[in-house]
Amino acid sequence: MSEAKKYPAPVTNPETAAFWDAAKEGKFMIKRCTACGEAHYFPRSICPFCYSDKTVWEEASGEGTIYTWSLMRKSPTGPYAIGYVTLKEGPSVQTNFVDCDLEKLKIGQKVKVVFKPTDGAPLPFFTVA
Amino acid sequence: MTIKGKAYIAGIYEHPTRHAPDKSTAQLHAEVAKGAIEDAGISKDDIDGYFCAGDAPGGAWPMVDYLGLNTKKLRHIDSTETGGCSYIIHLGHAAEAIAAGKCSIALVTLAGKPRTGAMPPRAAGAEVDFETAYGATTHNAYGMCAMRHMHDYGTTSEQLAWIKVAASHHAQYNPHAMLKDVVTVEDVLNSPMISDPLHRMDCCVVSDGGGAMIVTTPEIAKSLKKPLVRLIGHGEAMKGPRGGKDLDLTYSAGIWSGPRAFEEAGITPKDIKYASIYDSFTITVLMQLEDLGFCKKGEGGKFVADGNLISGVGKLPFNTDGGGLCSNHPVNRGGMTKILEAVRQLRGEAHPKVQVPNCDLAIAHGTGGLLGVRHAASTAILERV
Repeated sequence: MSEAKKYPAPVTNPETAAFWDAAKEGKFMIKRCTACGEAHYFPRSICPFCYSDKTVWEEASGEGTIYTWSLMRKSPTGPYAIGYVTLKEGPSVQTNFVDCDLEKLKIGQKVKVVFKPTDGAPLPFFTVA
Repeated sequence: MTIKGKAYIAGIYEHPTRHAPDKSTAQLHAEVAKGAIEDAGISKDDIDGYFCAGDAPGGAWPMVDYLGLNTKKLRHIDSTETGGCSYIIHLGHAAEAIAAGKCSIALVTLAGKPRTGAMPPRAAGAEVDFETAYGATTHNAYGMCAMRHMHDYGTTSEQLAWIKVAASHHAQYNPHAMLKDVVTVEDVLNSPMISDPLHRMDCCVVSDGGGAMIVTTPEIAKSLKKPLVRLIGHGEAMKGPRGGKDLDLTYSAGIWSGPRAFEEAGITPKDIKYASIYDSFTITVLMQLEDLGFCKKGEGGKFVADGNLISGVGKLPFNTDGGGLCSNHPVNRGGMTKILEAVRQLRGEAHPKVQVPNCDLAIAHGTGGLLGVRHAASTAILERV
């Protein structure tokens, strides 16, 4: 794979537009509920835990650890590793691991967010910290 | 209010094909409907309830029309779509409708052609922008579950391989099975890695085909000629990452659907003589056996090892038709075939080499969607009367 993999542009909608606007500035956002204090991902306007509508955007550290992963050995666009990262702030997020040795990923390993371009807003991925 | 004993499975049919380049999907639905109707010994025009899921072209109304069902009589329609376990949910919903007097003879069909035709795309949910680009497939979604299960509980690839080995022992007696060769643990471990830690032989087959069943009242079932098999417990549930809080991919929604079904049936896992367990991947079976209470959480690896799932050898004969791992996984949806083999076991119609002696209580359990992302589960407990 000599060419960079092409990722689909987010469609976005009124509920999530702020996430993608922040991504254009390299910021990885999560939502936090000011009623119950819980953070969640992906972002919703109504807190999925307490159903309060008092949710606010918060810039996350972009740091976390690998909860699990799986390396797809073959695909039309080459091998790729999917997984979940548990963010420092609490929520676990689905992602791909990039720009690192995919055969050496380990549960518990520290990772950090990186953005990859699309034809629209950039998408968040994670790489070994 | 309970559905216990209020609905019987009076007719079953599994399409013998696994490769149908010369048939349409709707045609396969009609062929399995015809098969189940003939097995039950009823008339198509007596059907007053119809159940189908996302594999039915266009949904319920085009299928009802195409199948030529009696629309003057048809009074209950349900197209609940929960992936591969849709048909186990349909069984429960048919029982509810029958118990409530909303229908008396229900037809449930499943069919499709993932090998020789285009598969309809899965509708995207609210998560689309936050997940689609990462390429979750069945292989890597279940791989993520297996990876974490191994990390948390020390489960091994050898233990997972025993599940495929057991399925292959059963498939050798099924003339319609796609894969009839008996395989060893080494064969599984030596098969190519597809998505870590799952090897090719940890994965189910991809097959064209389908299946159908007729669900009816106790009175009508007793007027027909087939051995009597009734539903005595049913459960359904869903699970997802829930905003990313306390993510735990080592258990499935079966942890909720199973106890609901067992409680309604008034029995425990120890009473089960035969188990149809959804086997899209080996890890699917292992996690569900734990979730349903056949062993403690984390001890599934030990439970499935050394042939414990092989009929006549181990304590819990499973998927005696060869299951999705070796025989059939029509339309990438294994729920219907799980029910069909459970009914064969209860009727005493399984292959003599795998028939469980005096099989009077069986479970058919399945999941739909992706265990590693979001999914549904359904459990049915069936009894021979």
